[in-house]
Amino acid sequence: MDGPILQIRDLTKTYKGGMQALAGVNLDIRRGEIFALLGPNGAGKTTLIGAVCGLLRPTGGTIEAFGQDVQRHWRSVRRRIGLVPQELSFDMFARVDHSVTYSRGMFGCAPDPARIEQVLRSLSLWDKRKAKIRELSGGMKRRVMIAKALSHDPELLFLDEPTAGVDVELRRDMWRQIDALRENGTTIILTTHYIEEAQEMADRVGVINKGKLLLVDDKATIMAKLGSTEARIELAQPLADLPPALTPYQVSLERGGRTLVYRGGDGSGKGKREAAAVIKALVDHGIAFEAIETRESSLEDIFVDLVERGEVTA
Amino acid sequence: MNLRGALAILTNELARFFRTAFGSILSPVLTTSLYLVVFGAAIGSRMDPAQFGGSSYGAFIIPGLIMLTLLSESTSNASFGIYMPRFTGAIYELLSAPVGVAETLIGFVGAAAAKSLIIAAIILGTATLFVDYEIAHPFYAVGYIVLVAAAFSLFGFILGIWADGFEKLQIVPMLILMPLTFLGGTFYSIDMLAEPWRTVAQFNPIFYLINGLRWTFTGTSDVPIALAFGLTLAFVGLCVAVVAFIFRTGWRLRD
Ligand SMILES: Nc1ncnc2c1ncn2[C@@H]1O[C@H](COP(=O)(O)OP(=O)(O)O)[C@@H](O)[C@H]1O
Ligand SMILES: [Mg+2]
Repeated sequence: MDGPILQIRDLTKTYKGGMQALAGVNLDIRRGEIFALLGPNGAGKTTLIGAVCGLLRPTGGTIEAFGQDVQRHWRSVRRRIGLVPQELSFDMFARVDHSVTYSRGMFGCAPDPARIEQVLRSLSLWDKRKAKIRELSGGMKRRVMIAKALSHDPELLFLDEPTAGVDVELRRDMWRQIDALRENGTTIILTTHYIEEAQEMADRVGVINKGKLLLVDDKATIMAKLGSTEARIELAQPLADLPPALTPYQVSLERGGRTLVYRGGDGSGKGKREAAAVIKALVDHGIAFEAIETRESSLEDIFVDLVERGEVTA
Repeated sequence: MNLRGALAILTNELARFFRTAFGSILSPVLTTSLYLVVFGAAIGSRMDPAQFGGSSYGAFIIPGLIMLTLLSESTSNASFGIYMPRFTGAIYELLSAPVGVAETLIGFVGAAAAKSLIIAAIILGTATLFVDYEIAHPFYAVGYIVLVAAAFSLFGFILGIWADGFEKLQIVPMLILMPLTFLGGTFYSIDMLAEPWRTVAQFNPIFYLINGLRWTFTGTSDVPIALAFGLTLAFVGLCVAVVAFIFRTGWRLRD
């Protein structure tokens, strides 16, 4: 069972009005990983999830989950997939426990009150189990959505913007939940437009824009490939030329020689080491400075960069 | 076939009904009772039974009133049942679940039919308070009522998938089913109509439904009973085919 848990080939979707939401997506998801699909609003993230989960009919391409075509073997495949959609959507007048039990039944699982209790407890919903969903706060409602998706113990779980509009504390809490699920072997695909979330949670990241996957790689590799360190050093006296000792490094002078700027590295720590070496060289050569500011590029910068470049080539 | 899934939907839909049972039952029962009091007891006592196949006028209109209730309750229960999750977005769960045509029909259509059958039974019970009636062919009567409830729950289900607003859900029962039921011989025998209306009335499909049910109650009918049964069965078949088509193509569900 070493093949990908999900294999998407040349997936396209054109909506009725002619809007092409997916323009040929190829993607393999590995068993047990957390994959973050990152992209701006309207990129096609929700459409991609919808195509896999059966919410919409793709225009072209193939999707295989667990080695089976999701359209031909929809019954067996869907039992093993869970979905937490972007919007809060359920019968608001139903009770929490009834709603979760209903979901489990719909997916063809035998009733199991102990398992339902476990799911509700793990999401801190047990005390609220007899409440009507409409009486819960927004964050609790979102937990109910997750509980419904977990009620049939899916092996592959989709979380569409799980933390959108959720406060910081709840977001951290949710990250812990997701971690716990991964510990149990659940494969998780989440979409987000918070880079922070991808950076915190994911093993691998895919960047999507305008229905195209621009990049798919390990988070660490992306950082190494595209990440960089920037150090800005305010000098006490302006320099006319760069001292020869600094030529091995990617440095330049700005603001009339009053600021020395280092830009380099690969997100793996090389940049920080080189910045330290630059500063040491300054000290060794008796060049005085007044302030140092360093900054690591984040996935955010990479993302903005990619999306902008992607738009240029599109 | 995902039997657990079908049962989950069925019980969930019925639970929704019983949450608001009082209101859902009261309104049709009250309306029908008013008809029975006004037409059956008050006006009906002055009518000549010879014009109505020998039964009292009150007994004559009961099948039509039951049909009116069955058609409107089945249609609106089923159409709201599937339209609401489409409206709230909760349908995502159904679409992502291992649930196909059979499960959906058992769950949604079964629940809608069950609801209108419960209401029809209550109406038949309360009717005994206002008029004397007998059921000539009880076995056929029950079978036919169940068949009609299933047919129009299927129809309502299709309506709920087609509709893209609440108005459309209400327009079809109000503007099509109601008038056709009233004009379909609920309150009169076709013999009482002059031409050309007598001929026109025969193009009204609901005319056959009412007369089919009337035969099971009074033993008399304006149409051959086999024709009424046959048409109803054909309608069920047509609706099942449309639902199967909807699931095959994803029309309005998976666009
Ligand atoms: N049902 C629909 N009909 C027509 N266009 C749609 C529909 N759903 C989404 N779109 C369009 O498809 C594009 C991708 O949408 P979506 O997949 O929701 O993006 P994301 O989830 O990344 O924000 C958007 O331009 C959106 O307007
Ligand atoms: Mg989205």
